[in-house]
Amino acid sequence: MIYFDNAATTKPCSEAVEAVMKGLELFGNPSSLHGMGVEAECLINRARSSIAGSLGAADEEIYFTSCATESSNTAIFGIARTIGKRKKRIVTTSVEHPSVQVCCDELEKQGFEIVRVTPGEDGKISAEDIIAAVNDNTCLVSCMLVNNETGRILPVEKAFRAIKRRFPQTVTHCDCVQGYLKIPVKVKKLYADIISLSGHKIHAPKGIGAMYIKKGVRVPAFMYGGGQEKGFRSGTECVPLICGFGAAAEKYADTIGERFEKAAALRNYLFEKCGENGIHVNSDTECSPYISSIAVDGYKSEVLLHFLEQRGIYVSSGSACSKGKKSSVIREFGIAEKYQDSTLRVSFSEENTAQEIDSLIEALKSARQKLCGTR
Amino acid sequence: MKEVILCKYGEIALKGLNKNNFESILVKNVKRRLRNSGSFKYSRAQSTLYIEPLSEDTDIDEVVDKLSKVFGIAKLCRALTVEKKMDSILHDSMDYLAEALEGAASFKVNAKRADKKFPLKSPEICRELGHEILERFPHLKVDVHDPDVTVTVEIREEHAFINALKLDGAGGIPVGSSGRGMLLLSGGIDSPVAGYMVAKRGVQIQAIHFEAPPYTSERARMKVEKLAEEIATYCGDINFYCVPFTEIQEVLRDNCPEELFTILMRRLMMEIAQRFCEREDIQCLITGESIGQVASQTMYAMVCTDAACRIPVFRPCIGMDKSEIVSVSRKIGTFDTSIEPYEDCCTVFTPKHPKTKPALSEVEAAQAAYDYEPFIKKAVDNTVVKLIRNKI
Repeated sequence: MIYFDNAATTKPCSEAVEAVMKGLELFGNPSSLHGMGVEAECLINRARSSIAGSLGAADEEIYFTSCATESSNTAIFGIARTIGKRKKRIVTTSVEHPSVQVCCDELEKQGFEIVRVTPGEDGKISAEDIIAAVNDNTCLVSCMLVNNETGRILPVEKAFRAIKRRFPQTVTHCDCVQGYLKIPVKVKKLYADIISLSGHKIHAPKGIGAMYIKKGVRVPAFMYGGGQEKGFRSGTECVPLICGFGAAAEKYADTIGERFEKAAALRNYLFEKCGENGIHVNSDTECSPYISSIAVDGYKSEVLLHFLEQRGIYVSSGSACSKGKKSSVIREFGIAEKYQDSTLRVSFSEENTAQEIDSLIEALKSARQKLCGTR
Repeated sequence: MKEVILCKYGEIALKGLNKNNFESILVKNVKRRLRNSGSFKYSRAQSTLYIEPLSEDTDIDEVVDKLSKVFGIAKLCRALTVEKKMDSILHDSMDYLAEALEGAASFKVNAKRADKKFPLKSPEICRELGHEILERFPHLKVDVHDPDVTVTVEIREEHAFINALKLDGAGGIPVGSSGRGMLLLSGGIDSPVAGYMVAKRGVQIQAIHFEAPPYTSERARMKVEKLAEEIATYCGDINFYCVPFTEIQEVLRDNCPEELFTILMRRLMMEIAQRFCEREDIQCLITGESIGQVASQTMYAMVCTDAACRIPVFRPCIGMDKSEIVSVSRKIGTFDTSIEPYEDCCTVFTPKHPKTKPALSEVEAAQAAYDYEPFIKKAVDNTVVKLIRNKI
C-alpha cells in the first residue's frame, strides 16, 4: 500500500497508540477527587504541556476540543457573540477550509459583513490585501496557515503582525491544521490570538482537537455543563485521545526542520518526475512540501483516483471532506479550467519514499494508456 | 380500548371473478410486511381487510406506517372495537373520537349495518350517535355534504367498529399479481421512480446495475444498493444484479463511432439484462427514460434501443417532466440518495456530440462490425447477484 493521502488523515504513530492504551487503562475521571482522578488529570496535564511546548505557548492557553472544526466554530461564533456585538465586520479568505468558510457564511446571514480576500493572478493571497480589508469595525480576522488542497502557505504572520499593530482590539484566528508540526508555528511569531489544531493530521487519533487562546483574549464557552477545561469546554475530558495527541506532539515537535527537508526533497522529486512526464503541477515550490496538487490533463480526478486505488496507491481528489463535490478552492486559486476536473492531491508523511513516487508516476502513465479520457 | 386497522381495497374491489386471487396476494404481502410487528388476526369482508392485533402492546402507529407502503390498499382507517350495543357505542367511543373531532368544525355520521339483526336501523344509529357527539362537542355543526370529519360506525357480526380518521394508502394493486420486471437502475433520479411506478401496478421488481470500476467507485455502487433498498420498502425484496461493464465500455470506445457510443452501450445493456430475464423468467424491462431528456432518450434513439429487445421495455416516466419525476422521488424518499455526487457509468464515456437522430441501419451496422458476444458472455458470467431486503 502506498499512502499519499496524509492531508486527509495520517496513520497513528506507535507512541500515540501506546498513550491511548494507557489512557484507557487509567480510566479515572480527571474531575474525581480521589487518586484515580488525579492520575488521569496528570495525563491530561502532560499532554497539554507537550502541545503548549510545541507552540511556544503557556500550558493554560491550550484547551482540548473534539476536532479542529469545533475549535474554529468556537472561535468564530464566540468572537461574533462578544466583540461582534459592536463590530460587524469579519475578514477571511476565499480559500478557507469549510469549517471556517461555512461559519462565516452563517454569520453573513445573521447580518455580519464578511470580506473574503481572494488570491491574485499569481495564485497567492497577499498580506497587503488582508491588512487593507481590516478596519475599525472589524471584530475578527480568520486566515488559514496552509491551504488543505494546494499546500499554499498564506502570509499569516505578516498580515497578523500589521493588523495587531494597527487594530489591537481585532482578534486574529488561524486554522493551523495542515501546518502544525509540519512547518514552524510559534504563537508569538504568528501574532494569532486563537489557533485551531487537529490531532489526526499529525499521527494522533481522530476525534481530538485543540485550541490555543492567548491569555487575555475572551472567548465564551461553546458547551456548558460541568465546567471542565476551566469552564470553557464542559464535558468529561476524553483522556485516551488527549494522551494520544500529546504523545504525537511530543514526538514530532523537535524534528520539524529535518522532516521539512525530507518532505521538500520528495516534493521536488515529484515535481521533476511530473515535468518529465507531462503531468501538470498546480502547486509550486513555495507551497508546503507536504501537500502538492497535480493534474493529469484530460482525465477525471475521480476516475484516476479509483484507477490508482486498484493499484494500491491512495491519493485524494481535492480535499477528502468534499467527497467528490467540485472544489471551489481550486477554482479560487486560479487554476486553469482544464485542470480543475483532473486535480489530484498528493500529500506526504515522513514515511513516504522516492520509490513510492516512481510507482505513482508509473501508475499515472499507465492510466493515460489504459483509461478513457474525457472527450 | 382495542383498536383495529381497516384496509380498504382500491381497484381490487372491481375485479370480478379474479378478486379472490388479488385479495389473497394482498393478504400475503401484508402478513409478510407485518411479520416483525407482532401477531394479528386477519379477516376479509366487503372489500376490506380487518387487521386485529392480538396483543395489547402492539405499536399501531408503526403498523399503520408499514401498511401505508403496501400496494393494493387505497385507504387505511384505525377503528375502535366496541361492544355491539347502542349504549356502548355511544359512551365508549367519545374519548376515542375526541382527537379527530376537537380540531374540526363540522362532521357527519355514517352507519353500516352488516348485521341486520341489530335492533336499530342505520339512520337511527346515525341520529343517536350524532346527537351524542353534538352534546359532547358543542362547537361542532352537522354537515352531511362536505364535513371536515366523517365518523363511521360499522355493525358487524362480533363487534361494532367506530372510526373517524382515514389515511391514504399506497394505492395500486398488490405486488406479485402482475408478473416480474427487470429494472435498469443507474443511480440517477428517474430509475427508482420508474421502478416504484411499475411495482405499483403489481409487478415484482428485480434490478440490474452496470458498474465500471475504476470509472465508477465502490461508493457509487453502494449508493445504487441504497436506492434499491429504498424502493424495496414499496416493492418488497429485490434481487440486485451488478454487472461488471468496464471492459465492454472500453471495447466500445475503441471500436465504434464516437457519436454512436451511447446508443450501442444501451443496446448492449439491454442485451445483458435480457439474458437474465430469459434465465429467470422475467417478462419485461423497465427504464427511467423520458422522451427527449438526453440524447439517448430521443424517439429515434429509443427506436434503435428497442430494436435490440425481444421483450417489452416499459418506461413509466416517458411523459413526465423532470420536476414531476423529482416530486415523486421526494415522496418515495429516494431523491436525497439519487443526488449524491458520484460518477455513474452513463456519464464517464459520454461522447461530446452524441447522435440524436441515429438511423437503425447505421447502428446495426456499427454493432455488427465487431464481435461483442464474448464480452457480453463474460459480463453475464461475472455478474454478482445480491438479495436486497425490505428493511421495514
